[in-house]
Amino acid sequence: MTKGQAISLQKNDGGSLTAVRMGLGWQAAPRRGLFGSRTREIDLDASAVLFADKQPVDVVFFRHLVSDDGSVRHTGDNLVGGVGQGGDDEAILVDLQRLPVHIDQIVFTVNSFTGQTFQEVQNAFCRLVDETNGQELARYTLAGGGAYTAQIMAKVHRAGTGWSMTALGTPANGRTFQDLMPSVLPLL
Amino acid sequence: MTAELVRGQNHPLSQARLEIRVSAGKPIVAAATLSDEQGKVTDAERVAHPGAPTLPGLEVPRQAAAAHRLAVDLDAMPDAVHRVHVLLALPTGAGGPARFGAVAAPFVAVTGLDGTEVASYTITGLETETAVVALELYRRQGAWKVRAVGQGYAGGLAELFTDQGLPQAHQLAGAIHDAVAQGMARSVAAPPPRTADGDRTRQAAAPTLGPDHGGSPYGTQTPQGTTGGRTGYPGGSAHTEPTDPSAPTQPSAPTAGGPIDYNHPRRRNSAPPPPPPTAPAAAPGLPAQPVAGDATGWSMDERLYNQVWGMFEDLARTTAAYRSAVDFAESRMDKELEQVLSDPRSRIGGQADAAREEARARHGRLVDEARQALDRDVAQLAAEADVVEPALPPAYASWDNPVWHGYRVPMEMPMALRLGDLHLPECAEVRIPMLVRLPLERGLWIDSGRAGSVDGSFHDAHDLRRMAMEAAVAHVARLLAVHPAGEFTVYVIDPAGSGAQTLVPLVQSGVLAAPPAVGAAGVADVLGKLTQRVDLVQMAVRGGAADALPPGFDTSQNLLVVNDFPHGFDDRAVTQLRYLADEGPAVGVHLMMVADREDAAAYGPLLDPLWRSLLRLTPVPDDHLADPWVGHAWTYEPSLVPPGSQVLQRVLDQVAAARTKHR
Repeated sequence: MTKGQAISLQKNDGGSLTAVRMGLGWQAAPRRGLFGSRTREIDLDASAVLFADKQPVDVVFFRHLVSDDGSVRHTGDNLVGGVGQGGDDEAILVDLQRLPVHIDQIVFTVNSFTGQTFQEVQNAFCRLVDETNGQELARYTLAGGGAYTAQIMAKVHRAGTGWSMTALGTPANGRTFQDLMPSVLPLL
Repeated sequence: MTAELVRGQNHPLSQARLEIRVSAGKPIVAAATLSDEQGKVTDAERVAHPGAPTLPGLEVPRQAAAAHRLAVDLDAMPDAVHRVHVLLALPTGAGGPARFGAVAAPFVAVTGLDGTEVASYTITGLETETAVVALELYRRQGAWKVRAVGQGYAGGLAELFTDQGLPQAHQLAGAIHDAVAQGMARSVAAPPPRTADGDRTRQAAAPTLGPDHGGSPYGTQTPQGTTGGRTGYPGGSAHTEPTDPSAPTQPSAPTAGGPIDYNHPRRRNSAPPPPPPTAPAAAPGLPAQPVAGDATGWSMDERLYNQVWGMFEDLARTTAAYRSAVDFAESRMDKELEQVLSDPRSRIGGQADAAREEARARHGRLVDEARQALDRDVAQLAAEADVVEPALPPAYASWDNPVWHGYRVPMEMPMALRLGDLHLPECAEVRIPMLVRLPLERGLWIDSGRAGSVDGSFHDAHDLRRMAMEAAVAHVARLLAVHPAGEFTVYVIDPAGSGAQTLVPLVQSGVLAAPPAVGAAGVADVLGKLTQRVDLVQMAVRGGAADALPPGFDTSQNLLVVNDFPHGFDDRAVTQLRYLADEGPAVGVHLMMVADREDAAAYGPLLDPLWRSLLRLTPVPDDHLADPWVGHAWTYEPSLVPPGSQVLQRVLDQVAAARTKHR
């Protein structure tokens, strides 16, 4: 997908998407010689903000792993990254059918909690996956994306009776999703 | 008694819900066919195999494995089915054995859901065969029996199916082997087996946060497993798909060739868990039919506990979604109405009215939609509650559940205890059993204080005290009933004798360790005894010498019921009571206060930590309990004995009889 491109989450066979997963993966910082414990860990965080009519209603991130209504779940904070071979190190699962009726947009963001810019992180990516069949809907490579510490990745919004997704890919700076809110609001 | 069958021998089956365990030294395929009166399999849809593992009343594993569990529900079998054949086959393709003669003799066992073996059969004498009919379950005069068959086929599944009269035998055999090959490609290497004991310890250490955690008095006993995504995708596969019973990590059935079970017959925690009852596949577009015990766990007890907690979480979350939507609808309407007021253009003509009308209609539409979503979820939870409630064991069941009429003194302490029901105002029809872990992690406080109850009726102080004591008696009786004989000892302090009348059932049946203590001397005596006990056990535990306790030391759990606090208590007794509340639970000494906090107001903030450390319950419905996920205020109703019911007396008589025998 390219920036700003919108895809409908209606499936080709007419059925609509029921569950999507946002996955985030990156390669852990290499060990530094004798003093392995002084390796500067890289901690990226995935968050999802639920909006009703442009007002944030609920946020799912590493301190609030399940939205109050239970429809959005974070699989847990990963503080160091993984092997960097394409596997998700953090994931957020969204059950579109169970989202409360007033929620009309969900925005997915990625932040570098430890402050490294994406230039310094190896093999970082984020992607959206159709959770029912594992098919990848969109993928961004974060590494090489510039000297930013955050990215507003995509929004999933109601369109007619189903849902549609717009890739945003907007770079930003901030430690957690709160820092991104001013950049997110114009994109809604 | 297990019947060890020989080839051709049969055995009656008294249960309809069964499990068939298969073990062989090498990965094998398990399947089953359903045939008619003539023993013919009419079409491929009557075959449960890895590519199509579920049929009504039957489920087989999805892949080849050295140990299998097949779930069978004979009651769910269509009437046209007269025989069920359990088949084993060697997977084709590289690496596997080419004939059954090259593997250890396969062992099959028919067990009940609790894991007790009904019949077993070791299939010996196989040579070049690659498929074998292991067992036949068949109808005989309205009842089901099992027969050991052991008929092998050198031509494999294709020959076997042909023999059973299946027209497309070869295609089906090919399809099964394809499905198995795919399954093998999908599956990852099995992790090292987790020991059952390891799992048990983890459960026992289920998170118990301090009493002041988030001001949520009930929010501390989150069980393992319920936070793990049960609400996530009820419409998806997680809910309707049964756990794969063939999971190779389970510490498994007896190994091939030797049907000897070295497990202690009553040590359930080391026995592999029977698979959970599985929800029948849902019709497209409809939610799955709920089934009692449809949750993870090592025993039915644990599964029901997890299921109840899962329902609790689901209800909390779906209500959160509803409340959030309604709040949003209201704030949006307010904003829109305000805009109408401040817009000068709208002052002309009927525009303002129309705009106001529109704002109200938008509010109404959103609320209706939210209500529909809530009603849909509540209906499903209500249906689940309808099947779960009757299936609950006594410890989890309300007093009006018939299970109490068949009450027997248990051999083991259950996982948890029901203290009452919880519900929310939006959906008062769904009552969630309030289950707390045993042994109790916190003391209980039955609040006899004057409070406006939820249902609007005000009770006078005297009534409330009596009702609090009645609730306490019901809780004490339940605690006594769910513990094995002699493993739960109850002391009562009733300084002024004001609870004497309500305590009659406990006193007369003789289930108390001693008559209720009265007067200041009685208070001092009981507190002294229990304080000494806590000291002793603590010393022994800290010194790592639990066997250093005096001979004949009573190791049971203790409960101290205190009525009328602080009547009859001097400063020393109050200090001792606080000590018991702090240190007691860790060493099995628990506290149940039946008290009005106002009565102890003279002590000022000194006693605040005491009240905070106790789980507050009320004798009348009251909305003071919060759930651990969202923090709704839930209305608690105590679990009371229905008026006029003799069940309490009968249960207590049995407890007393067992106590006498135990000594």
